[in-house]
Amino acid sequence: MSPIAQKIQERFPDAFVSSKEALGELTVTVRREKIVDVCRFLHDDPALDFDHISDICSVDYPNEEPRFEVVYHFYSIEKNHRIRVKARVPEDDCAIDSVTGVWRGANFLEREVYDMMGIVFNNHPDLRRILMTEEYDEGFPLRKDFPVEGRGWRDRFEFLGEGK
Amino acid sequence: MEELQENQALHSAPFDDDDFDDDVISEKGMKRTEDMLLNMGPQHPSTHGVLRIVLDLEGETIVKATPHLGYLHRGVEKLAENSTYPQIVPLTDRLDYVCSMTNNYAFVRAVEKLLQIQLPERAEYVRTIVAEMQRLAGHLFWLGTQALDIGAMTVFFYTFREREVLLDLFELLCGARLTMSYYRVGGVDRDMTQEIVDRLYRFLETFPEKVVEYNTLLETNRIWIARTKNIAVISAKDAINFGLTGPVLRGSGVNYDIRKAQPYGVYDKVEWEVPLGKNGDTYDRYWIRVEEMRQSAKIIKQCLDRLPKGPIAVDLPEITYPPRNKVMTDMESLIHHFMIATRGFDVPEGEVYSAIEAPKGELGFYIKSDGSNKPYRLRIRPPSFIHMGAFDHMAKGYMIADIVTIFGTYDIVMGECDR
Repeated sequence: MSPIAQKIQERFPDAFVSSKEALGELTVTVRREKIVDVCRFLHDDPALDFDHISDICSVDYPNEEPRFEVVYHFYSIEKNHRIRVKARVPEDDCAIDSVTGVWRGANFLEREVYDMMGIVFNNHPDLRRILMTEEYDEGFPLRKDFPVEGRGWRDRFEFLGEGK
Repeated sequence: MEELQENQALHSAPFDDDDFDDDVISEKGMKRTEDMLLNMGPQHPSTHGVLRIVLDLEGETIVKATPHLGYLHRGVEKLAENSTYPQIVPLTDRLDYVCSMTNNYAFVRAVEKLLQIQLPERAEYVRTIVAEMQRLAGHLFWLGTQALDIGAMTVFFYTFREREVLLDLFELLCGARLTMSYYRVGGVDRDMTQEIVDRLYRFLETFPEKVVEYNTLLETNRIWIARTKNIAVISAKDAINFGLTGPVLRGSGVNYDIRKAQPYGVYDKVEWEVPLGKNGDTYDRYWIRVEEMRQSAKIIKQCLDRLPKGPIAVDLPEITYPPRNKVMTDMESLIHHFMIATRGFDVPEGEVYSAIEAPKGELGFYIKSDGSNKPYRLRIRPPSFIHMGAFDHMAKGYMIADIVTIFGTYDIVMGECDR
């Protein structure tokens, strides 16, 4: 196990789920209840020093339980290393705590995850849709059960579906 | 929202006695003191696309700026989940359409990392040269439009003159000027001919003088300095915390350039420097971009000098297209070409995050593959979108007139921001 993953496991034995190193990239999976604590530790610990937030995104696995996966990418400018942190979120309680308190750059990224996948971020300062319009109510586009051609006003005209 | 509508109703109506409450009329009679909401965009010439910003104003000072994004959202990530890997390359062109080839580069690198393939040396050199040409084109575009937005029109004509030369070279290279789709998984589309090399050498001979020319127009221009110095200042600590990258981050003095930190292409084989700013304001970012143009020219020159001979793509027929001249004359090559263009190729199961230093900042692709010929999930980390997250922080306290400078300072392109 890589030293970074080991450190996380020692510090959060009950939140640590698994770690994997593939293609030179480290992935650590944690429980969603502790995501903010883990992130704060990653950010504040001087040996880890993950001060830069690269990305937050989400993946949908409709046939697995829990269904959703939130994927965080962090980077340390000083130490020049990257980490990928994952947390699973179930469909019936589709929420995870927000890390905007640790990285302010997480604000827009979490809004996008909410917009595209419907995962709610607790304690987020301004959780609204960001790419879709605020009143958009036809679902969450990046979920696997959302059709590629989209749902929209044209579905309301029956004759357009004829011949399909 | 309601507040906005109320305000709009208040401001759109012709002045009427009923509009004035007693408390907003001072003793002198007509002085109004309430805060105002101002809507800017989505159709505005200086937003470089369709960006809408709602400004809370106190007089002319910005109290809060709320960006409303998504006017150019086309669902590229969703489309990519339903396209084969070779089909995604043209999709990435439409992200940052000013520098389309850097998007191709970021994407094909991520796929190549999953496939674990090593490129022939010439392909790496050609890729680096073209990526730097694209950076020059992107920075020239930025410099011209930023100056134009601020009010210096002349610079625009000068920078677009050089950009035109580069676009002509791109046309010679791959037949297109803007959406080029030049990179392929496993290599590049066509080889760099001697004519392109010669013309590029000629361009590089005169380019440093041209950069000096732009600087004479701007460097000590009183208006330019007044409108960029100490505008949109962000400290190094805040810039890192907001996840900013590229010239915006380096303007605050943070030494983070992926070309140096995690070298790709042949950036570790050539000599160049990362320009860093001090004050973290728009002027420093301007200086960095101009300096980066000089460094890019240096990189291209060194690459051209060392350009090795050899193939421009890996020898893996299941991944790469057959040579172009064979496709129209040879039956098997035609079938081969057809198979790759329609069915694509399988990519081993796994996940990867791979980033490159685009002209705007860190452009990353996160690909989750399930072993099929389409990505299970493709996530684009767009620098412009993340920069917009810091917009409110950077715009607070400045005047309305500075807004144009502030989103110009990110070098924002909405195609990439909204995807």
